[in-house]
Amino acid sequence: MSLTTDAVKKIAHLARLNLNEKELVTFTSQLSNILDFVEQMNKTDTKNVAPLAHPLDINQRLRDDVVTEPDQRAAFQAIAPQVEAGLYLVPKVIETDEVEA
Amino acid sequence: MDYKTIAQLKNDLHTKKISSVELTQSFLKRIKQYDKELNSFITVTEEVALKNAAEADVRIAKGTAVALTGIPMAQKDIFCTTGIKTSCGSKILDNFISPYDATSYKQFKDAGTVLLGKTNMDEFAMGSSNETSYYGPVKNPWDLERVPGGSSGGSAAAVAAYLTPAATGTDTGGSIRQPAALSGITGIKPTYGRVSRYGMIAFASSLDQGGVFARSAEDTALLLNVMAGFDEKDSTSINKPVPDYTKTLNDSLEGLRIGLPKEYFDAGLDPEIEKAIQAAIKEYEKMGAKIINIDLPNTGLSIPAYYVIAPAECSSNLARFDGVRYGYRCKDPVDLEDLYKRSRTEGFGSEVKRRIMIGTYALSAGYYDAYYLKAQKARCLIRDDFVEAFKKVDVIMGPTAPSPAFKIGEKSNDPISMYLSDIYTIAVNLAGLPGMSIPAGFVNNLPVGLQLIGNYFEEAKLLTIAHQYQKNTNWHTMMPKGF
Repeated sequence: MSLTTDAVKKIAHLARLNLNEKELVTFTSQLSNILDFVEQMNKTDTKNVAPLAHPLDINQRLRDDVVTEPDQRAAFQAIAPQVEAGLYLVPKVIETDEVEA
Repeated sequence: MDYKTIAQLKNDLHTKKISSVELTQSFLKRIKQYDKELNSFITVTEEVALKNAAEADVRIAKGTAVALTGIPMAQKDIFCTTGIKTSCGSKILDNFISPYDATSYKQFKDAGTVLLGKTNMDEFAMGSSNETSYYGPVKNPWDLERVPGGSSGGSAAAVAAYLTPAATGTDTGGSIRQPAALSGITGIKPTYGRVSRYGMIAFASSLDQGGVFARSAEDTALLLNVMAGFDEKDSTSINKPVPDYTKTLNDSLEGLRIGLPKEYFDAGLDPEIEKAIQAAIKEYEKMGAKIINIDLPNTGLSIPAYYVIAPAECSSNLARFDGVRYGYRCKDPVDLEDLYKRSRTEGFGSEVKRRIMIGTYALSAGYYDAYYLKAQKARCLIRDDFVEAFKKVDVIMGPTAPSPAFKIGEKSNDPISMYLSDIYTIAVNLAGLPGMSIPAGFVNNLPVGLQLIGNYFEEAKLLTIAHQYQKNTNWHTMMPKGF
């Protein structure tokens, strides 16, 4: 399957990555080659095969819904890029003008 | 230099021939002497090591030593270590000081080991050559122009050059077995669920499994004794009793049924490697094993299925690296989307980006059935091949890698040719089985690895099979020249 540069731009956006023009060309060709390669799978008929979620066919273990972790907010925030008053800071997401209006 | 096994080092410590501080200093000295060239460590934890060693010496003096008290080792930089940088080989985590311990690291701490440092690796364990690391490639001690294999290349090179007696690794598609083969040492990837993945930075959660590298199967057994077991904190951990892996090492191999899959001796295999593998099989026949030819007919599906499943899971796992809570953040983001995009774009290397994009595409609306679901079905066929084979044989053997260590730069511009270097190891991860690689000779002075694949939870049997070979051969005792 050959991807177009527009398709790769869209994938990069979904993955929250920027690509410059040169990377766009390289990745378009590399990703197309990889998809061509994985499409070898299509030669095998899997109509009556169930998808395998776990090699030992066991289900995810569940635990009781009780608190097990202590509060480590201070430790976790100590390594954050930007925090204030116990909150993680990011650029403004809400357009204040509209809110005020 | 002559190396010593962990068992010998334990003996030296307990008979007071050497203290743990002295032993630790001797490894730190070797790291200083050789690692500028090898680049096998991202962080050397000298202060922590000497503190651990001093504590170990006190315990030994008091008679309160535990399993591996005072034994130095290294941790792959994918295992979280409190207060110590855990980079996962990536710029995006270059400033990440873990606030908690991975269960595996905690187990080794509790067992008394001394932390020498954190080893280099392919970025987020994505690679087969250790060339995708933000910290630069690792060199193979057997030939400094060549790769040590990957992704656990730093651990493998450090053990091969005896900068540490042991190191942890992780194996998602061969990342313990392939570097063990290319670097001429012993490595084990246990059954999926045998070892805790808590605090081991996730790449592809349904495939990732931690394990160890050492210089012999016996040492590997001592290490696996520490690492194997149930962990509440890992929802994929399996609660099953752990045997003492050292107890059965001397069991006889009389009547052992060895399966040789014809698909692992295909046209892609270097004929010289095939010769070495056939010679190893002959050695097993001398020990009373029987050879049975088997088929794993869906082997050809492994790499295609893997390069859908692993990228899909990686694109989901790596979504957490967004520049908000920890890790790298870009300068002066104009808005939230710019923060996400530039932090990720500047923080990830190209192999990681490639895999995130493949995974994003495979999981995107309209393509899920054609890629991810199809790959999960192929995975079922691959697993079923092994289930059938293990009805007839006790162990499957073959080469670990199709060629010896390749040159740095040789495959780095061609992703698919790089992916093919894991052709014999990947199916084992898709099936969740345990596997090992042990030294089995040399081709042009480069090590060859023999792969052993066991049935679920039969790590003890694999270790016996490996140990018996090492009792009858000396490939595993070879040291690269100049170290």
